[in-house]
Amino acid sequence: MLNKRVIPCLDVRAGRVVKGVQFANLRDAGEPSELAAMYEAQGADEIVMLDVSATLEDRLAAIESVRRIRRALSIPLTVGGGVRTLADAGNLLDAGADRVSVNSAAVHNPAMIDELASRFGTQCIVVAIDAARVPAMGENDAGAEPRRSSGSAGVPVPLTWRVSVRSGSTPVPLEAGAWASQCAARGAGEILLTSIDRDGTGIGYDLELLSHVSSRVSIPVIASGGARVPADLVAALDAGAEAVLVASMLHDRKFTVREIKQTLQDAGRPIREVLT
Amino acid sequence: MRSGAAKGVEGREGTCGMPVPPDGEGERAASRGPRPLVAIIRTGTANLASVVAAFERLGCETRLTTDAAVVANAPLVVLPGVGAFGAGMSALQAGGLARAVIERATSAKPLLAVCLGLQLLCEESEESPGVAGLGIVRGRVTRFTESSGVRVPQLGWNAVTPTPAARVVTCGTAYYANSFKLDKVPPGWEGGMTTHGFPFVAAIERGNVIACQFHPELSGAWGAALLARWVALAKEPASC
Repeated sequence: MLNKRVIPCLDVRAGRVVKGVQFANLRDAGEPSELAAMYEAQGADEIVMLDVSATLEDRLAAIESVRRIRRALSIPLTVGGGVRTLADAGNLLDAGADRVSVNSAAVHNPAMIDELASRFGTQCIVVAIDAARVPAMGENDAGAEPRRSSGSAGVPVPLTWRVSVRSGSTPVPLEAGAWASQCAARGAGEILLTSIDRDGTGIGYDLELLSHVSSRVSIPVIASGGARVPADLVAALDAGAEAVLVASMLHDRKFTVREIKQTLQDAGRPIREVLT
Repeated sequence: MRSGAAKGVEGREGTCGMPVPPDGEGERAASRGPRPLVAIIRTGTANLASVVAAFERLGCETRLTTDAAVVANAPLVVLPGVGAFGAGMSALQAGGLARAVIERATSAKPLLAVCLGLQLLCEESEESPGVAGLGIVRGRVTRFTESSGVRVPQLGWNAVTPTPAARVVTCGTAYYANSFKLDKVPPGWEGGMTTHGFPFVAAIERGNVIACQFHPELSGAWGAALLARWVALAKEPASC
């Protein structure tokens, strides 16, 4: 039986791991390959490295970080952030990434997903989707502006989730479930789904978002954004996630991967056994 | 000495479901004396950095090659593979690589095929209808079906349950990234099975030839120990 994965996420800028709250206020959290090796030793199932560089110089440093992580790591490495072209993806794979994650570029040019999948294989292509809660849009018109419910006061406004690009700062007229479905049809092998509302807040994953998206695709979905305690991860798996991304709760040394996986195991979720 | 040390790794296996990680003895032993040469076939469709890194951690020398003579004669050869079946076969047909791989496999020289590499050894695949595989392994590669209640591709860690006489494949948990698979261990082969919706082949082995649907190079300490056992085969007489 396929195990659920716990995936530490390293946001890397200028060769250092950083972590922010709601995509801002970055704090230094260490050297990428050292952290990656430490998390592997603790039982991590995979590592995600997101390059959050703002400059070309920093981006070159990120490639070097991928090389260093690869030499140290004997578990899978997914790298994303700033992948604009097939050549960018190829460079990351050559440097040692096993999978690449693409976000804004795929939104601007969805055919890029087809090209990436046909060149590198479906299992190699992760599409990262950053989404935030908005009042429901009309059915099947992802291009429309959000439409507020005309119901009287006190009637709940139907919710949906709108995709944003540029690290969550720029909303685009795409509904998260419909976009995920399109990504899967174009050849994405996995969705990395981040709740912009929850990222870095520690108030738990957006379980409704997870359920909304994972029920619309048959490829696996990684939950991201909002975990504070291991029980949050159990809830994410129950909402339809195949894997959970964790950052702050590890980088802040509040929990180890081992402790997290122990909680999942105690809760009866299938995980790769943590060796002692 | 090297093969003896690698056997030490083998001797540390736990019972099924409770794999014991290697103590690193095999890895250190491999770095003593001349470094074993691992030739890795560059099919053009594969990400090779992880395979290279895994063998270098074991103390091996690695060389990427598209040279049929190297594939025929190197002490250890890896057929990696990420990407589509048809593209992989096209790459192998160029420059006589397919013939060299077939000869290697039939003469029981150490050959390790990984992921798509396993599928390329078979006769055909649902992924690329009409394209003939290498035909070293009897069988047709099929796709997972979502109707069996699983997500496709299979991405992540799943069990490996070895067949009784397997030598290189042991009990453990390995990393898989695949949408296609072989359903049965073919007659004349040993190996291991796993399940994603339905049972399928985790790995097959015959003599010095081993083909893994999972990625041993990404399967942590357990995967490293498997690679060390395979490297050690190069020092032993062929047993096919």
